[in-house]
Amino acid sequence: MFTMGIDIGSTSSKAAIMEDGSKIVASCVIPFGTGTSGPQRVIEDVLQAADMNRDNIDYIVATGYGRRSIPGADEQISEITCHARGVHFLLPSTRTIIDIGGQDVKVIRVDENGAVMNFVMNEKCAAGTGRFLEVMARVLECKVDELSMLSNQAKQAVPISSTCTVFAESEVISQLAAGNSREDVVAGIHDSVARRVASLGKRVGLVPDVVMTGGVAQNEGVVKAMRQELKTEIKTSPLPQLTGAIGAALLAYQKVQKAKQAND
Amino acid sequence: MTDTTQVKAAKDVVKDLQAEYYAEANRAHEEGKLVAWVTSIAPREFLEAMDIVTIYPENHAAAIAAKKGSMEMLDIAESMGYSIDICSYARVNLGYVEAGDSAAGKVPYPDLLFCCNNICDTVTKWYEILSRRLNVPLIMIDLPFSHFDQPQEHTIDYIVGQFENAIKQLEEITGKPFNYEKFQHCLELSNQASTLWKESFEMGKNKPCPFNGLDYFNYMAQIVCSRGNEKAVYFFQLLKDEIAAKVAAGEGYIQDEQYRILWDGIPFWYNLRVMAKSLKDRKAVQVASTYTENWALTYDTTDLRSMAKAYMGNFTNREFEFRFNNMCRIIREYSCDGVILHSNRSCKNQDFAMYELARQVTKATGVPVAIVDGDQDDPRAFSEAQYETRIQALFEMIDQRREAK
Repeated sequence: MFTMGIDIGSTSSKAAIMEDGSKIVASCVIPFGTGTSGPQRVIEDVLQAADMNRDNIDYIVATGYGRRSIPGADEQISEITCHARGVHFLLPSTRTIIDIGGQDVKVIRVDENGAVMNFVMNEKCAAGTGRFLEVMARVLECKVDELSMLSNQAKQAVPISSTCTVFAESEVISQLAAGNSREDVVAGIHDSVARRVASLGKRVGLVPDVVMTGGVAQNEGVVKAMRQELKTEIKTSPLPQLTGAIGAALLAYQKVQKAKQAND
Repeated sequence: MTDTTQVKAAKDVVKDLQAEYYAEANRAHEEGKLVAWVTSIAPREFLEAMDIVTIYPENHAAAIAAKKGSMEMLDIAESMGYSIDICSYARVNLGYVEAGDSAAGKVPYPDLLFCCNNICDTVTKWYEILSRRLNVPLIMIDLPFSHFDQPQEHTIDYIVGQFENAIKQLEEITGKPFNYEKFQHCLELSNQASTLWKESFEMGKNKPCPFNGLDYFNYMAQIVCSRGNEKAVYFFQLLKDEIAAKVAAGEGYIQDEQYRILWDGIPFWYNLRVMAKSLKDRKAVQVASTYTENWALTYDTTDLRSMAKAYMGNFTNREFEFRFNNMCRIIREYSCDGVILHSNRSCKNQDFAMYELARQVTKATGVPVAIVDGDQDDPRAFSEAQYETRIQALFEMIDQRREAK
């Protein structure tokens, strides 16, 4: 049996097709989120990668910010539950998830079965999110995926104190104008993200294993800063951007199984 | 479905009463009656006794937000220099003072101000500003924060002293002796209304819950504005009878209710629709709210000390242990499946202990909680998508726990 999970975020669209709730058959990430062609494309691409069509899929669960705008999805489940399930599949020892996406930061406590115990999210503010890093990358004239490499070459992180994205942006500009190196400024930006996320994490309590998911988990500089800030080991999901989509595909499988049991 | 029509009747009655209340206030003002602007949990019995018309800037600000007019007032206040970090009720009201009209209509300007800071400290400065800006006298009842289960005697002395002083100030302002006879009557009516109010919402313990708890955010206008006169007694008797009839008939707001929810905090007045939909779509009922419980103010009507103690008892004026025990009690008595806590940018007093409260309540009861960010009157602090995700996750947590059992 094949199930599909679709995770439509604010800045990217992700999809995964799984077989019998145990094997990832195909997956796909498109760097365009809800309201763009991203959702449509990610579904087409993942089906193509699996050499399938829509009829081969038994059940589709949509998640993420754009979960309600996916035609053909059988059900919508929040990204909080989907990330919990996805991480449980990939790293079963996980008890705390730090998910940093395009415009949301979530810290989720899960039990040994991958069920959500508690969670906190950022308020209506971009500080500490992927969008924050995108804004900074533009000022630094680099790509988001170059930030990690740059911070790795830093000698001394330049402190960035503003929480507000706009003020942090002007702070970065003035630090660069004052002659600080790009590398040192990037390290400071990563520290600022880490501080912001750490304060959220402390609200739910960080129980090991702590695992980072979401696109920002691919930035080793942020992960390193988080380790220092939280003084704890932090693992990263092996498929950070796809964790939610995988969780959605797993929950889709569970739904079908349950329906079958009920019919039997 | 006759009972559903009856609930509509109570909803309509409260609307009529509120419209009448504002119309009467405006008329009375034109006829030369004194108007006071009053904080929401102030001992209004003193004013009622002196036939003073009371207007509640907090209620008016909520009504303005519900009519989508709060941004206009916020802009005025902020351009005067009031920070976005100040309570949005205060900002809306301070904006209204300059605008003189609003999406929710006009209220008469005050001849005096009556402020009781049992709800928060912001009102102290807000009313001082009003007093200077409008050049009207301010009667301030400074109500100390309650750190103990039982208030200390010297605290009660301090409050009663202020009650006595308020009587003197009212005599000076009105030029009339204080009407002790009417005051006594108001105290009795106030207790009757509060008792009926409490008896009505306590029927939410029934399964299915006989009412939509969100309606209480409308009913509360009467307990705030008319507590101490016949209208409130009339309305809450009507409401209680209506709900009791539903209970007797075994009728619920949602007959096959799936989830019973406790709401903590002030609602987002500009987006009650979203709150209502997020619950109704899931066959969830708001069965109780810590907020509306605040006005169940009963005391010994022959003893000002007892009254002083009652006005210290609202949860924003109480110690952490009270809030924790109170929330656990409500969850138990109303068989709640989940709690939604509104982390309200405006209300520091409510939010301050919220994360610790949520942690301890979940630990003690096993009931999952969701903290939602927003603001009572400032729509800029609210994100519908974020709200919906958190609410959905709350229901998924409840489902997961049920499945695990």
